Amino acid sequence: MGRLHVKNDWRSRRHPAYLAFLAHRVSGLLLAIFLPVHFWVLARALHGPQGLDDLLRWTEHPVVKLSEVGLVLLLALHFTGGLRLLMLEFLAWRDWQINLLVIAAGTSVAISLVFAFNLL
Amino acid sequence: MSPRIQALLWITQRVTAMVLVPCVAIHLVTFIYAVQSGLSAAEILARTQGNPVWAAFYALFVTAVALHALIGLRGILSEWFRWRGWSLEVFAGLAAIALATYGWRAVWAVYT
Repeated sequence: MGRLHVKNDWRSRRHPAYLAFLAHRVSGLLLAIFLPVHFWVLARALHGPQGLDDLLRWTEHPVVKLSEVGLVLLLALHFTGGLRLLMLEFLAWRDWQINLLVIAAGTSVAISLVFAFNLL
Repeated sequence: MSPRIQALLWITQRVTAMVLVPCVAIHLVTFIYAVQSGLSAAEILARTQGNPVWAAFYALFVTAVALHALIGLRGILSEWFRWRGWSLEVFAGLAAIALATYGWRAVWAVYT
């Protein structure tokens, strides 16, 4: 019984929906870790615009720019993945919803690319 | 944890997600537009300082995100790290309050 359970577990983990679950969970975790840093940067404005500008100057660095694109991708993945979950849970099932996973992934990449092009 | 509390957490996670959908959409559009001319304190503060609509919007955003993030984090800590019991509930509750307070402080910083 135990072996059967493990076998089923691994089979289900090869399903694209498991990848979607993993992407949603990991992106959410990383965004939760980033949030206090984001709030800390904005709170620098309490010390005047100079305090905020000192940190924003870092955003000109290419590595920071690349990280920003990564963060936008994480936010977009969590956003579109969350929308997919809400639609699956709260809307009546329609056959086109089978494509939600691909639509969510594609939209996330598109949002990140638009951000990257605006950033450069 | 009682089934009633678990149901309450599940509902809160979904309701905050529904609040976050328009919040994140507006946030994404705003900062994608804002980075075009490069990020600067002057540009950010010109939009937010003394603007009660932006302050109210971001205060709501922060509240929803603090609840949503900590319910999600609580689930991960419980399922992946096998942290269970009252200590997890106390941690998640305090962390949600701390994150919300820290976020409201950031909103206040760019509003005043």
